[in-house]
Amino acid sequence: MTRISPARIALYVISTLVLVYLILPVLIIAPISFSSARFLTFPPPSFSLRWYQQYFANPAWMQATRVTLTVALFTVVIATPCGVAAAYAISQSKLRIMRLIHMMLLLPLVVPIIITAVGIFFVYAKVGLVATLPGLVLANVMLGLPYVVISVLAGMQSFDPAQEMVARSLGMNRLRSFFEVTLPQIKSSVVAGGIFAFISAMDETIVALFISGGQYQPLTKRMFTALRDEIDPTIAAISTLMTAASFMLVLAASARQKKAG
Amino acid sequence: MVTSVPDPSQKHQRREHGLMLALVSPALLVILLLIVLPVGWLAWQSIYHDGFTLENYRRVFTEDIYWRSFALTFEISLAVTLIALLLGYPVAYLANSVPKGWSILILSLVVLPFWTSVLVRAYAWLALLQRTGVINQFLRYLDVISEPLALVHNTFGTVVATVHILLPFMVLPLYATMQKIPGDLMQAGASLGASPSLTFARVFLPLSLPGVLAGCTMVFVLCLGFYITPELLGGGRTVMVSMLVSRNVELYNQFGAASAVAVVLLLGVLLIFAIVSRFISLDRILGQK
Repeated sequence: MTRISPARIALYVISTLVLVYLILPVLIIAPISFSSARFLTFPPPSFSLRWYQQYFANPAWMQATRVTLTVALFTVVIATPCGVAAAYAISQSKLRIMRLIHMMLLLPLVVPIIITAVGIFFVYAKVGLVATLPGLVLANVMLGLPYVVISVLAGMQSFDPAQEMVARSLGMNRLRSFFEVTLPQIKSSVVAGGIFAFISAMDETIVALFISGGQYQPLTKRMFTALRDEIDPTIAAISTLMTAASFMLVLAASARQKKAG
Repeated sequence: MVTSVPDPSQKHQRREHGLMLALVSPALLVILLLIVLPVGWLAWQSIYHDGFTLENYRRVFTEDIYWRSFALTFEISLAVTLIALLLGYPVAYLANSVPKGWSILILSLVVLPFWTSVLVRAYAWLALLQRTGVINQFLRYLDVISEPLALVHNTFGTVVATVHILLPFMVLPLYATMQKIPGDLMQAGASLGASPSLTFARVFLPLSLPGVLAGCTMVFVLCLGFYITPELLGGGRTVMVSMLVSRNVELYNQFGAASAVAVVLLLGVLLIFAIVSRFISLDRILGQK
């Protein structure tokens, strides 16, 4: 039996405390959302669904939810094929410029989001895209692209391009060989990338604060405004639903990635 | 000279190049129109207003309010980075040194908050830290305090919530680096008579430094541009650079000044990436999320 050193015990204690710090805020929201109290009290006085009722009965929240889902859906539908095509070209082409293009596609992760948001706001103001649905979708496609590109590039790493060559030498054309040989093998990373783009669009707040308005405000913008003014437990209900949705999507994505190896 | 004789393989290669460029072009177009153009516009606007002017930059570098905000942002980012390193290193170390099942559990707990919206977590911290919040109620219940502590709507609350959001960006690169450190090295140190703490200090710690650098860079850079957390938890007193940008746009319509602040922030971030990328590859820093 080995003796556990004091340093080891300290390591366990510190790590446990840090992990509690990490998950406590995530765990605290659900009980608040099921509480009957107007003000935040913990533990909640009694169980109630009133904040969920308020959320589902409020037309403004429902409209915002529709906007969020619509934007996230369109984002995935546009960003995924663009990202897959780009990742395919980056991994297969020997052109020098591809390195530069690869870096450029990661720009949304490098540039602080507040700068991107203000810049897009200035450009949209000139071309009349402020407070429109297409404007919101386009911005989210840009923000979601890096996730698709990173995920698919990782998937392409374990793919042997010679297989596609074989398919083509057997008479398939390029497009068909991609769809029948390559895509099935990288499918998992494509799906994972798409899911990450969806979550990114669902959670995006800062760009939406600047460029969305009127009836096309996503959930996050309404939540932000509500949080700035007054703490309303309805937000806890929405937060719980959003977190549950995110987790299910992440679980789906990581199950996919695991299958991809 | 070999001219005008079309080489079939060359022609094939040119077609191949054309196809590849066509495939990247939609994504590239989106990036060019929605981030390169907007940021370029911002830069242009910071120096041009009915003629060239450096007035915006003069203000940013001389006026007190800008200066204070840059200093505060730098201090907060530094503090957040150090705290995240101190909290993250033990967790990564533990995850690296326990059996696989446990390390998966630890890492899942680390990335769990990663995928909850920043807004949701800001709300949770408000619920925990405010005067009538969970922590104050608990401490009063225990009779540790008689008056509620001011835990939020100040710099303290901002730092607590920011570290919480950025901690996974520290733990993941640390863990990835520690995974690559061969275990026999530690055993070799021990068999040569070094104490565990000496082996750690002389062997493990130096080998984990690339992870430390990657994690610290990501946390520091992300913190420099943080907006939602300081805005909601800072109580209006903690004015970070990002808030300066948004206020200049939304409240004062000072587009030139906002652009100049944004450009200075962006140059700072790019400079950091440029310096760090001489030591470790950018993919390693960015590839985490």
